[in-house]
Amino acid sequence: MRSLLLPEFTISRSDSCDRCRACEHQCSFGVHTYDASQDMMISDNYRCAGCQRCAVFCPKGAIEIRPTPSFYRPNASWSRERIEDIKRQAETGGVILTGCGSDKPFRIYWDHILLNASQVTNPSIDPLREPMELRTFLGSKPESLSLSDMEAGTDPVLTLETPMLFSAMSYGAISYNAFQALAIAASRSGTFFNTGEGGMPAEMRSQFKEHTIVQVASGRFGIDAEYLNSGAAVEIKIGQGAKPGIGGHLPGEKVSQHVAATRMIPEGTDAISPAPHHDIYSIEDLEMLISAIKEVTNYEKPVIVKVAAVHNISAIASGIVRAGADIIAIDGMRGGTGAAPKAIRDNVGIPIELAVSSVDRRLRDEGIRERCSIIAGGGIRCSADVVKAIALGADAVYIGTAALIAMGCTLCQRCYTGRCSWGICTQDPGLMRRLNVEEAAQRLVNLLSAWSHEIKEMLGGMGINAIESLRGNRDQLRGIGLHEWELDVLGIKGAGE
Amino acid sequence: MSVRRQKLYSKEICACSIFGAMSRTGERFTGERVIRAMANMHHRGNGLGGGFAAYGIYPEFREYYAFHLMFTGDARAQREAKRAAEEFLFRNFDVVHDEEIPHSDDVYVRDPPLLWRYFLSPSKHGEDIHLPDDEYVVRKVVHVNSAIDNAYIFSSGKNMGCFKGVGYPEEIGRYFMLDRLYRGYLWTAHGRFPTNSQAWWGGAHPFGLLDTTVVHNGEISSYGTNRWYLEMLGYKCTLHTDTEVVAYAVDLLMRRQDLPMEVVAKILAPPTWETIDRMDVRERELLTTLRRIYGPLLMNGPFAVIIAQSGRMIGLTDRIRLRPLTVATRGEMFYISSEEASVRLISPSLDSVWSPRGGEPVICELDGRLKHEIAAPA
Ligand code: SF4
Ligand code: SF4
Repeated sequence: MRSLLLPEFTISRSDSCDRCRACEHQCSFGVHTYDASQDMMISDNYRCAGCQRCAVFCPKGAIEIRPTPSFYRPNASWSRERIEDIKRQAETGGVILTGCGSDKPFRIYWDHILLNASQVTNPSIDPLREPMELRTFLGSKPESLSLSDMEAGTDPVLTLETPMLFSAMSYGAISYNAFQALAIAASRSGTFFNTGEGGMPAEMRSQFKEHTIVQVASGRFGIDAEYLNSGAAVEIKIGQGAKPGIGGHLPGEKVSQHVAATRMIPEGTDAISPAPHHDIYSIEDLEMLISAIKEVTNYEKPVIVKVAAVHNISAIASGIVRAGADIIAIDGMRGGTGAAPKAIRDNVGIPIELAVSSVDRRLRDEGIRERCSIIAGGGIRCSADVVKAIALGADAVYIGTAALIAMGCTLCQRCYTGRCSWGICTQDPGLMRRLNVEEAAQRLVNLLSAWSHEIKEMLGGMGINAIESLRGNRDQLRGIGLHEWELDVLGIKGAGE
Repeated sequence: MSVRRQKLYSKEICACSIFGAMSRTGERFTGERVIRAMANMHHRGNGLGGGFAAYGIYPEFREYYAFHLMFTGDARAQREAKRAAEEFLFRNFDVVHDEEIPHSDDVYVRDPPLLWRYFLSPSKHGEDIHLPDDEYVVRKVVHVNSAIDNAYIFSSGKNMGCFKGVGYPEEIGRYFMLDRLYRGYLWTAHGRFPTNSQAWWGGAHPFGLLDTTVVHNGEISSYGTNRWYLEMLGYKCTLHTDTEVVAYAVDLLMRRQDLPMEVVAKILAPPTWETIDRMDVRERELLTTLRRIYGPLLMNGPFAVIIAQSGRMIGLTDRIRLRPLTVATRGEMFYISSEEASVRLISPSLDSVWSPRGGEPVICELDGRLKHEIAAPA
């Protein structure tokens, strides 16, 4: 069937193009070809993903990729996206898949929250001259300390040198190179990366043990006792912000031999994670899985439970804490994904800002806030978001999309195709090689260090020199352009109040 | 603003003068010199709050809790508050003596409330029978302060008392005739410079819970964090001041969790990780555990504080020492002050004077040697 869609992007090539064919080589979607008869480069706009790979790599800077200017007659009810989705589905009869976090214009609360700074009544602190501390502990904390028996009641914790961790991205969804880069960067920055549900390649285990969080998801890929013990913590993934209530699907094409071995499944088969864990149909079942994992790991590792931010998130979180989780990770609706049905990604869940604040408050009201730590993820875009998340009650944040962007991702949303031209979201050996592990790791380390510096500057301005004094400190936040109910949920005052 | 949010994190901001004097041998002295010392720091306050805590002043009632109450509002409101508070007190305590707190009409103060004191011991009923006395008293105090309109218990320890109000500290001192009527072995004092003008007698400092009192100069940037932690553990921060938060933290750690002051100081003002990481294993583990568990009680931002309890006085500044604190000794006398000049005024020659380092507590105990005398540089 001939597609009736307009191309999404228009490619223009200036006269400076000397037909080196670099773009042809770089484009993983087969857009550019060389026509020898005319000695000309030809581009097929229809196939372009807008990943900008060719534009960046063209030695002459001859290529420009722009959203196509052609349009359907403007219609407030029938936007271009709605029209094209219908045409696409009429052509395929299938669910529309997409990658990355939702790109819909839901209110981004971070941008409606302002930070405080000291003036006169207390001094701001200069982070260049004074110590400024970001060390963070994640895990269950006892209510009090017994000096005679310091061991008693101290559960295992994760120690982070900066309050940011890389969120779960599985080997299989991302390339081996990207996976390694995350592991290296986490260990150099004194923080953690998360294996996601694809298992942990055996050869990486001993080197990165101290900086790995191993994940257990509904597909149970690659899980055995050795795997569970190959990291510093175990995360049970119940849900993901981009697709709450939905399982995962890694297409067979991405299941290479090594991916298959790590996941403990046959090569080339689809790796399908069911929507729920079929041994968790209630909170008691979660409690049993947590206990089982603690038993297998000899009570030496904190257990994280990751859930998507949904409507009753605070009650759910309270249940999770009572079920024995040491850390709860909440993933907001703008969280990324390798592949998700577009309808789910763009319509299910709630923003992380609201979720983290109401969870923190609920746990405080119940007096169990210190029994677990909170990691907020799904929509953290910059250091200010980190500061705001912590002031709203998070202990630390997960960053996923930002880490991918640091490695080169341009959010073209084609991760599910396995053709990532930046070598991040692919198992194609040729594409994968494009991502230099050492360089990608360095970019990640740089990002964390840049954000850490900025966090220190913001803390110093508030007159705070240790990150623990920011946690839940809503005093340092004011809302702007928000409704009363939104301020209430966030638990902050309006600007000027 | 919705009521729910209005209650969230409103905080008074103020700066101050603080002063403490203690006789280590337990010699009792009047408040006369303390008032003079405070008058010397007149400019550090703005007349919107002054107060004193004095220890050892009620030896004849030393077995009994001494409650100081203020009843505010117009004459009728005061009478009604007194009636309601007394009804509650007489039901829950054996009151052995009560009287108006004496004051001098020669000193002009603005809108003084009706001030009354009660000497009493717990009379527990029902489930309360199993509570320790101190816990019982704390709960009753919290009840009066939160549930009875216009009645406020501002002092509740044994053989000690707080005196405070709206005015310069020297005016408040003379109003209560602290220079004539009372002799104590330990005095602390506070002059206040709030940045809002809604002066209220109960809002003056010191703030006390049982026999722990706090005078404080600073603005704690971690207030929001400290407060949620304490509220989670059952404290109600109704006064919205940093001082209240420090007092509750001390109560939680020392009375409820039985930690020694040295450890408490390391919780409120811990050393930096750089310092901790260089310590030997035992110390490093202790301090790491303290920060891990008690991170939310770290008092961040500038403060200098004098904490007093029966038999001891403690001076402490924030971890990077952003507010002044001077410590001095002369014979058995021990002084802590915002300014050295005030100490020199009442004790021109001193045996030693020093400024403690940030986060280093200075602890002075009765009948004992100054624990941190050693900390004094030569
Ligand atoms: S898909 Fe990427 S590489 Fe290919 S033409 Fe479009 S922008 Fe260039
Ligand atoms: S990871 Fe690759 S495919 Fe996915 S959005 Fe980024 S560049 Fe595109």
